[in-house]
Amino acid sequence: MTSKTGQSATSPGPWMQEHLFNGKPWPQYLRDLVTPFNLAAAVVIFAGLPFIVMRYALGLGAVTHASDDQPWGLFLSWGLFSGVPLASTGFLMASAVYLFGLKHYTPLLRPAVLTGFIGYFFAVVYLLVDLGMPWRLPYPMFKAFGTGSVMFLVAWHVALYLSTQFVEFCPAVFEWLGADRFRRWALRVTVGATIFGVILSTLHQSALGALFLLAPGKLHPLWYSPYLPLFFFVSSIFAGLSMVIVESTLVRRWLPHRMAPAHQRALDRLTLGLGKGAALVLITYFGLRCVGLAHGHHWGLLASTYGAWFLIELLGFVLLPCALFVLGVRRASATLVRTAALLTILGVLANRFTVSMFAFQWQLPHREFFPVKELLVVATIVTIEILVYRWIVNRLPVHTPHPRYPDPH
Amino acid sequence: MKANRRRFLQGLAATAGVLGLPGSARAEAVASVEHFTGYPDRFGMLVDLTLCIGCRKCEEACQQTHQLPPLAEPPEDQRVFDRHRRTDAGRYTVVNRLTRTDPDLPPVFVKQQCMHCNEPACAAACLVGAFTKSREGAVLYNQDICLGCRYCMIACPFNIPAYEYHNPASPKVRKCNFCHARLQRGDLPACASICPREALTFGKRSDLIKLAGEIMRKHPGKYQDHVYGITEAGGTSWLYLSELPFAALGFPMNLGTKPFADYTRGFLSAVPVVFVAWPALLGGFHLFSKSRSAPPANDPTSPAEPHPTP
Repeated sequence: MTSKTGQSATSPGPWMQEHLFNGKPWPQYLRDLVTPFNLAAAVVIFAGLPFIVMRYALGLGAVTHASDDQPWGLFLSWGLFSGVPLASTGFLMASAVYLFGLKHYTPLLRPAVLTGFIGYFFAVVYLLVDLGMPWRLPYPMFKAFGTGSVMFLVAWHVALYLSTQFVEFCPAVFEWLGADRFRRWALRVTVGATIFGVILSTLHQSALGALFLLAPGKLHPLWYSPYLPLFFFVSSIFAGLSMVIVESTLVRRWLPHRMAPAHQRALDRLTLGLGKGAALVLITYFGLRCVGLAHGHHWGLLASTYGAWFLIELLGFVLLPCALFVLGVRRASATLVRTAALLTILGVLANRFTVSMFAFQWQLPHREFFPVKELLVVATIVTIEILVYRWIVNRLPVHTPHPRYPDPH
Repeated sequence: MKANRRRFLQGLAATAGVLGLPGSARAEAVASVEHFTGYPDRFGMLVDLTLCIGCRKCEEACQQTHQLPPLAEPPEDQRVFDRHRRTDAGRYTVVNRLTRTDPDLPPVFVKQQCMHCNEPACAAACLVGAFTKSREGAVLYNQDICLGCRYCMIACPFNIPAYEYHNPASPKVRKCNFCHARLQRGDLPACASICPREALTFGKRSDLIKLAGEIMRKHPGKYQDHVYGITEAGGTSWLYLSELPFAALGFPMNLGTKPFADYTRGFLSAVPVVFVAWPALLGGFHLFSKSRSAPPANDPTSPAEPHPTP
C-alpha cells in the first residue's frame, strides 16, 4: 500500500497526508472537500449552531418546547430513546461473531461497532444539550448516588458502554496508527468486552423502557405495561439488525471505494441472514406486545384515536416489516430485506416517539410538538454525526480490512 | 468424586458459618418482607375544599415566604380564575376555580401544591438522590446536586415540580417544600397561617386522618366518603376533603395505592442478577461455539462431527 515516505514534499507531512488527507496533498484534499453534499451539510450546521449557542446563553426554554407538563422533548425522544436502540448494532454483531461463533458476519462487525459507538457518543451529546446543568454529568458517577433510580442505571451504563465500545473499536484505531503492540492488547480483551457489552446493553436498553414504569398515570395505557423493559430490549435487537443492513447498504452505495470488494460481494448474502434474524425477533416482539395488550386488558381502548395509532404501529411497523423480511429471505431478495429494514427503523422511531412524547401526558389538552428551533438543533447534530462517521470510514479499516492486518480478529 | 463433593459442601457450610449468614438471620428473626410506613410523627395538612373561597391569600403568602416574584394578578383579581393554572418555576401553589353545572351554586376552589408523598415518585426517580422525605414530612429538594434531567417531573403523579427553563446558569426544579424552615422554627406553613377560613389544618398526619373522619361524621352527607391522599400513590402528607367527587375536581384518580417506587423495584432487583448470571451464560455460548468450530481430533469433548453452520 502507500509507503510511509509520502509522495509530495509540499504536503504538511507524509504522515498527515496518508492518515488524515486520504493520501492526497492537502491543497487537493481541501479542493475535493467542496461537494454538493458537504455544502448542504455546512448550511444545515450553520443554521443550527446559533440555536445551540442560544440554548446555553439563554437557557433550555429558548430553544425547546419542553414544558413543566411535558419535560422531555425532541432532544431525548430522538437522541436518547431512539438513538440508543438504533445503536445496539455493536453488541449484536459482536455477540454474533464472538459469542455465537457466526464468523461469516465478521465483515459487518467493525461497521456495527462504529455505528454503535457513534450512536452512544451522540446520545451523550444530546444529553449535554438537554440537561439543565450538563457540567454536572459526572455527578452520578462521583458525587451523589441515587441507587434506587432507573435513571442512575441508565447514566452509569451509557458511560460504561460507551467506554466498552471504544475498547472494542480500538483495534481499528491501532491498525490505522500502525501500533502493533497496542492492537494485540486491545484484541486480547475482545471476548470479555463483548460479554460486558451484552450485560450492559441488556440492562440499559430495557432500562430506557423501565424509566416510564414510574409514570403509570401519564403514559397511555395502550403503551404503559409492566413489560415495557422487555419491549424496549427486544425491539432494540431488530432496531440494531436493521441499522446494520441499512448502514452497510449506504456505504456500498456512497463510499464503495471504502468497502472491500469481497465484502461487497458478500453483502447481499449477509443481509439475507440478518433479515432472517430480524424477522424472528419481530414476530416475537409482536407476540409480546399482544401479551402486553391482553395483560392490561385494554382491548376496548383500541376503538379510539390512540387505539388506531396503536394498531398502525403494531401492524404497519412490526407485522408488515416482519412479513417483508420473510418474503425477502424466501425470495433471496436483498432489496426487499433492505426495504423491510428501513420500515423497521421507522417503526422503532414511531414506538419511541409515542412512548416518550405522543402518548405521554395524553390526557392534557393543548400539547405542542416539534418547534422549528429544536428540529434545527437536531438536524445540526445529525449532520455532524454523519460527517464524523464518514470521516472515520474514509480513513480507518472499517468496511475494508487493513492491508497489513487482513484478519481483524 | 463423592467425597470431594461432600468436603466442598462442608467447606461451604463452614464459610457460611464464619460469615454468620444463617445464624444471624435465625437469631434475630429478621422479617423477610420489610414494610416502612413512614416516619410516625410526620406532619401533614388537611384541606377542606368546602371552606375555600378563592381569596388566594395563601398564594400571596407563599410568594413572600419563598422570595418568589409577587403575584402577577393581585388576589382580588377574579379574572385569574378564567384559565386553569398549574404550579411553575415562579409559584409553588395555585388556587383554581371550578364552576359547577348548576350556576346557582357557588364555585369550588382547589388549592394545589406538592402533596408531599409518603414515598415520593420524584425521590424514586432522581439519579442523584436530590429529593428526600424529611422526618417532619416535607419532600425536600437539594439544588446543589441536581443535574436537570427532569425525570422527577416525568414521575410526579400530581404534575407539581416545575423547571427554570429560562435560567441558563443554574436552572433548578422548583416546588413547595412545606415551609420546612418555618416548621423547624415551630411555625406553621405560610399558607396555613394566613388562611382566613381555616380551610387548611396543619398537624400530625395520623391526627389529621382522625380529624377528617370526625368532620365527615359531624356533617353526614356533606362530604365525599373519601379523604384524598390517605392511600393515593402510597399516601401523601396533604389530605383533601371535598363535597364534589375528586374526579370532577381534576384530581388524578388512576394512581393506585402503591408507592410509585414499587413500580421500578422489580426491574431494579433484576439488574444484579443479570450481572451475575450473564457472564456464565454468554461465556458458555462462546465456549460452545468455539468447541464446534475447533478441529474435533484435538479436543475429545467436542462432537465428532461438527454441525455444518447454516
